[in-house]
Amino acid sequence: MSHFIDRQSLWRLPLLALLLVVGLVLSQSVMAQADPEREAATAVPALDADTWRQVRSGETGPNFRDSRAGSDYNLVNASGETWRQLRNRWVSPFGLIVIGSMLVVIALFYVIIGRKDLSAPRTGRKLLRWPLVVRSLHWTVATLFIVLALTGLNLLYGKFVFRSLFGDAFWASMISVSKVAHNYLGPLFGILLVVLLLRLLKRNLPKRHDITWFMKGGGLVGKQHVDAGFANGGEKAWFWVLATVGILVIASGVVMDFPNYGQGRDTMQWANILHAVGALGLTALAFGHIYIGTIGSEGSLEGMTTGYVDETWAKDHHNLWYEEVKGEAVDEQTLADEAAEGTRSDPAPRSG
Amino acid sequence: MAQMKFMCDAERCIECNGCVTACKNANDVEWGVQRRRVVTLDDGEPGEVSISVACMHCDDAPCMAVCPTDCFYKTDDGIVLHDKDLCIGCGYCLYACPFGAPQFPKQNAFGERGKMDKCTYCAGGPAETKEEEYQKYGANRIAEGKLPLCAEMCSTKALLAGDAQEVADIFRQRVVRRGHRDGGWSGNQRRERMRTGQGDDLSAADSLAYDAARQG
Repeated sequence: MSHFIDRQSLWRLPLLALLLVVGLVLSQSVMAQADPEREAATAVPALDADTWRQVRSGETGPNFRDSRAGSDYNLVNASGETWRQLRNRWVSPFGLIVIGSMLVVIALFYVIIGRKDLSAPRTGRKLLRWPLVVRSLHWTVATLFIVLALTGLNLLYGKFVFRSLFGDAFWASMISVSKVAHNYLGPLFGILLVVLLLRLLKRNLPKRHDITWFMKGGGLVGKQHVDAGFANGGEKAWFWVLATVGILVIASGVVMDFPNYGQGRDTMQWANILHAVGALGLTALAFGHIYIGTIGSEGSLEGMTTGYVDETWAKDHHNLWYEEVKGEAVDEQTLADEAAEGTRSDPAPRSG
Repeated sequence: MAQMKFMCDAERCIECNGCVTACKNANDVEWGVQRRRVVTLDDGEPGEVSISVACMHCDDAPCMAVCPTDCFYKTDDGIVLHDKDLCIGCGYCLYACPFGAPQFPKQNAFGERGKMDKCTYCAGGPAETKEEEYQKYGANRIAEGKLPLCAEMCSTKALLAGDAQEVADIFRQRVVRRGHRDGGWSGNQRRERMRTGQGDDLSAADSLAYDAARQG
């Protein structure tokens, strides 16, 4: 008989254990859910839960009074902690990781694959690619970008390096100059970038062959060359990144730069996060842009410095554009002579 | 080592703004900046509560954590101070602070912020001379062995300042005397009666007054 009971109860044991575990888990979650509610309910019966919810949300109701003139802050500003955690725990370390990895990837690429050389010798005949207006805009925007990136990085990371390195007095002026430069050059950069983007918009509208360009990796590796018009897929991608993320960074920067238009603290917190994430991303991508434009491919930089590119370069990288403008190629020697006489008029119709 | 803290007994605060005025006066605070503020919740309703707020001198101060120039520091007494020579007026401390303590004088173009100003617990700040210290940060009453003037001046002794342990002890005794069920902010018999519409019982008010006189 007893044997029978044992058998009976044996199957109950795992069930019992399961119930116990489920019960424990449930009671835990119930307690976790109930706790803040109970706290609020028992702590101040005179103030109802709605009032406390309002305090935590940071909003102010009609029965909220603050003796400080023009203050629209509630008793507690809970969003500040969210912003602090996002900035210090996520944006700050991951910004370094992203920029650092970009530099490593570029260095590895250069070491392993190396420069993209021209596929044939230069012909000595030149095509006008970037007229003076575009070149001036490009280099002004580029310089401002670098200044803004350096001062911005100093605002985010400088205190970990330079304060102990240079001492308080130097650090004080260094960070102060960084902030003033960042705040005053920022809007200038914004205006010029928009002008530059508008100037280059027509050339950067997406075309069907851009998809093929991306599928083949832009011919970055190996000897092959992919169809491309005036701007190839990569250039268009950079254009549209600047036209979206760039504008977002500018807009969020302006929100923080002019606090005299009554925008609230919460707005500025989000502006700061968007600004930092966007700007760190752009900085990382800018390294790629700089690499390809300088040591990454032969004959690219002269386009942006002199305005002219060699026929071979045009055939290699922008074959569709080359077909359009090959009749306008000018001999190197003629160019030099005309430059000496100052007779060449810029810009030519098909460029930039 | 002392851990200096403020505590406002909301049961006692009558929103007279004496603390605000005392602070302004003691520290010669810049025009447009008010280091202490009095917040009233549910103003005009039966459950109205007022509380005086300034810098709470946090243990894990958010302003300190986000400052790009690292201008904040903590004294041995747990007071959070900042160096105005390092401050660049970026406003990050203002974004992070839960209590709206950091404020910026607006004297520059485009709303550019000046050097941040906040409650110093009447402990001044880093400066070469006493005059410079007063001019930049206000009074250094701590150096003279005195507590912040806001708390010293509080007429109902709602605002307490001092070592955290000391402040907690005073408040605990008040709570015991008031006979609260579960902590200082709840179960107050006088308030319960008012809330349920039984009118204000003056004997309970007496007990509060007695409490005030005794605990100073």
